[in-house]
Amino acid sequence: MGRKQNRAQSPTPAPAPEPEAVEAEPAPEARPPLEVLYCSVCSFPIEYCEFGSSLTRCKEWLKEANEDLFNKYYSDEALQAKLGTLSLEAQAKLEQDTAKKEAKAEAKADAALKKKLASQIIIRRIERTKRKHVTAIQGLEAFGVDLKKAAKQFASKFATGASVTKTPTGGEEIVVQGDVAEEVQEMIEEGVGVLKGIPADNIEITEEKKKKSGE
Amino acid sequence: MFKKFTPSSDVSGHTPVKSSVQRSIRTNVLSQWKIEPETLEAIWPKKEGLVHVKCRDHISVYTVNGEPLFFQHFDEAFFPTLRVIHKYPYILPAVKIDRGAIRFVLAGAQIMCPGLTSKGGELPPEEAALEAGTPVGVFAEGKEHAVAVGITKMGTEAMKKTNKGVGVEATTYLGDDLWALETL
Ligand SMILES: [Zn+2]
Repeated sequence: MGRKQNRAQSPTPAPAPEPEAVEAEPAPEARPPLEVLYCSVCSFPIEYCEFGSSLTRCKEWLKEANEDLFNKYYSDEALQAKLGTLSLEAQAKLEQDTAKKEAKAEAKADAALKKKLASQIIIRRIERTKRKHVTAIQGLEAFGVDLKKAAKQFASKFATGASVTKTPTGGEEIVVQGDVAEEVQEMIEEGVGVLKGIPADNIEITEEKKKKSGE
Repeated sequence: MFKKFTPSSDVSGHTPVKSSVQRSIRTNVLSQWKIEPETLEAIWPKKEGLVHVKCRDHISVYTVNGEPLFFQHFDEAFFPTLRVIHKYPYILPAVKIDRGAIRFVLAGAQIMCPGLTSKGGELPPEEAALEAGTPVGVFAEGKEHAVAVGITKMGTEAMKKTNKGVGVEATTYLGDDLWALETL
């Protein structure tokens, strides 16, 4: 039905609409998408902030960003209405959970930051044969580096092979063909490309000699 | 499906989809979802290439310009991502969970029948009953937007009747690792 209305409006000789759009869209009837406001703190649609782990910050943000919506979701009446079929008891439990979750999330963020600052990047120079080496780099993920992208960057920088491989302990590391340990260290220190934000003190190079039995 | 999903280890490759294959995917999506071709064209323009992101456990995510639009297990049904359902909520049949069930869904739990059959929940009426294995949008009591996309594990009439066990399995939900990825 909406289509007819659309058509009825268009016969007026419009001042030549963008020709590209006409070509690309033979059908002007696409239904417009619903606009959803996502929370810039927790990324949820704002009505779901109450279920996230950052409600306090979400509320602060929304109050600043859009006070009308803030009142819509957090006024006393709104809080009453949204109880829905949930009992008061269950609601109290939910609020308790939310507070707990929030505290937990904050503690986790704190711990993550500490861990990050304490994380080591270990670059291992591994002897494969007398003259061949590979270089394994461990720990970049702790600094939010995408390992695949970093491997690609090493591969093109050194014109050699580089891959992300699983370690026996269940983690992942980047293995670069050739002896490039020092160059890798320099790249990380300079923060080239995706290797950003890693303190130079956290990088260490170790040597790994070939074992007798070998692979 | 995406409770724990790390692109660096769970994605094995990105492949542009051949145009003949794109056509058949488009046909399938149009037949599986309640969506006009024009609206699908707006989400996924024919001139934009579809990229197949191959993931662990035979999961395929399809992206346009890096944005995940829908996904599939083996060659089963196509599920829109939650962001697509937010924009076009009518493209899948809807079920609704009560408020008490929301936090469990957000924690990645399966959706149990009582959460759908209780006063705050909602299932389609008998004449619009859904069979087991139907992709659905999962809405929530008191909320406008969907909380998950899922698949029915039993028929909706059976859910009302037995009111026990898993009714719907969420294939993606608010806050899972697919949600966290705006581009892939
Ligand atoms: Zn929020």
